[in-house]
Amino acid sequence: MRQPIVDQIPALRRYARVLTGDAWAADDLVQDTLERACSKWRLWTAGSDLRAWLFTVMHNLFVNQIRSAARQMQGSTVDIDDVAHELPAPEHVMGQSLDLQRCLQCLPADQREVLLLVSIEDMSYAEVAKITGTPIGTVMSRLSRARSRLQTLLDAPARSAGPNPISSTPVSTLHRIK
Amino acid sequence: MTDGHIIMNSTPLQALTEDQLHAYVDGQLSPVDHAALQARLAHEPLAQATVLKWQQQRSALRCLYQDVLIDPIPAPLMAATQHGTASQQNVNPWRRWGGMAAGVLMAFSVGWLANSAWNGQSPLQPSSAVVAKARAAQDFVHQASFAHAVYTPEVRHPVEVTAAEQDHLVQWLSKRVGKPLKVPHLGAQGYELVGGRLLPGEAGARAQFMFQNATGIRITLYLGAIGKAGGGDGTRETGFNFATEAAIPSFYWIDQGFGYALSGLVPRAELMQLAEAVYRQL
Repeated sequence: MRQPIVDQIPALRRYARVLTGDAWAADDLVQDTLERACSKWRLWTAGSDLRAWLFTVMHNLFVNQIRSAARQMQGSTVDIDDVAHELPAPEHVMGQSLDLQRCLQCLPADQREVLLLVSIEDMSYAEVAKITGTPIGTVMSRLSRARSRLQTLLDAPARSAGPNPISSTPVSTLHRIK
Repeated sequence: MTDGHIIMNSTPLQALTEDQLHAYVDGQLSPVDHAALQARLAHEPLAQATVLKWQQQRSALRCLYQDVLIDPIPAPLMAATQHGTASQQNVNPWRRWGGMAAGVLMAFSVGWLANSAWNGQSPLQPSSAVVAKARAAQDFVHQASFAHAVYTPEVRHPVEVTAAEQDHLVQWLSKRVGKPLKVPHLGAQGYELVGGRLLPGEAGARAQFMFQNATGIRITLYLGAIGKAGGGDGTRETGFNFATEAAIPSFYWIDQGFGYALSGLVPRAELMQLAEAVYRQL
């Protein structure tokens, strides 16, 4: 039983790394997942897809983490979108991949999850629906929102650092006023 | 239609749905539907532009943290699986073994880290010349990554001389970097030459060749003399090294005082294959 789980660890770590955007948080999540999976391994039906099951366990833990984080922050919730402009902007094009990671963390967690399971883990929409416990229609709409939002976020700094040296756009318009 | 695939509406006049485009990008259509949609996209520039953006997102995401996939698994995680499987058997001996294994792994990694730290700094082993050479190689790959990051996003002027004038390009760059150059063929790996440009390096001119595949992913081959011009470093050679400078993965090597770096946001294994193909041809 142990080796098949060990074989999944690199993929779990990588997915968690992209999902959480933080190396420590990722390995904590993987560790919790492994502990939970191994202690509840009887819930796994032998012969069924071990990978999908492990990702389901991880999904549930991740959702719980987010919920408890949200509870702690109650009363002082900040929409990440509102502070997006305060996040460090890439100094130059060198930061392409850093920029992608930054934008990714600006997506709502449920959208980010679907996007990553589909894009990185090559899971079918049906598998993602099963893992996240949502109807396939919800998976599709989350995927769609994730992709268009990510594109908007990725395009934004490119526009502000565009080739036109005489920018008539004052910097202050970067601040979103609600 | 098999159940694993998203079913496409076969009425040709029906507008394309977003779901179809997603399924296309994610390779979740049946081969027949995939081909049909591909043909249709040729006549739908808007949908095609969307698809292209999503494909780029997808491949960029797949490049993130590739290194984590090949990193050794941290001891606490290994221990977690041991602890878990323990619960189905006899808990105590397994847990002890798990702890021991973690301890051994830990001791090993501490030793390994210490060792590599020594190799980098110990005054006993490497001479300052060796350190200087390592530094030169590091600077080289840094400059390669930097040049990659600066020029690959260029839409209008990614290169100075395009592949259309390949003969001229090769002649010109060979003359400037002071060594007869050859442009490797990476067609078998799906990459075609975009062109090249001349860049400044420490010891004189350096050259960058840019390649692109069908999905728009660009890789660059950066080359030029390394270390002091005409210095004693000339015969220095290295094997393949991997570095991720400025979040751009590169394989680089030095051959007869000439450095080569192949950089691109592609999975490490693929980049390795490309680098080997380049190496064989140069």
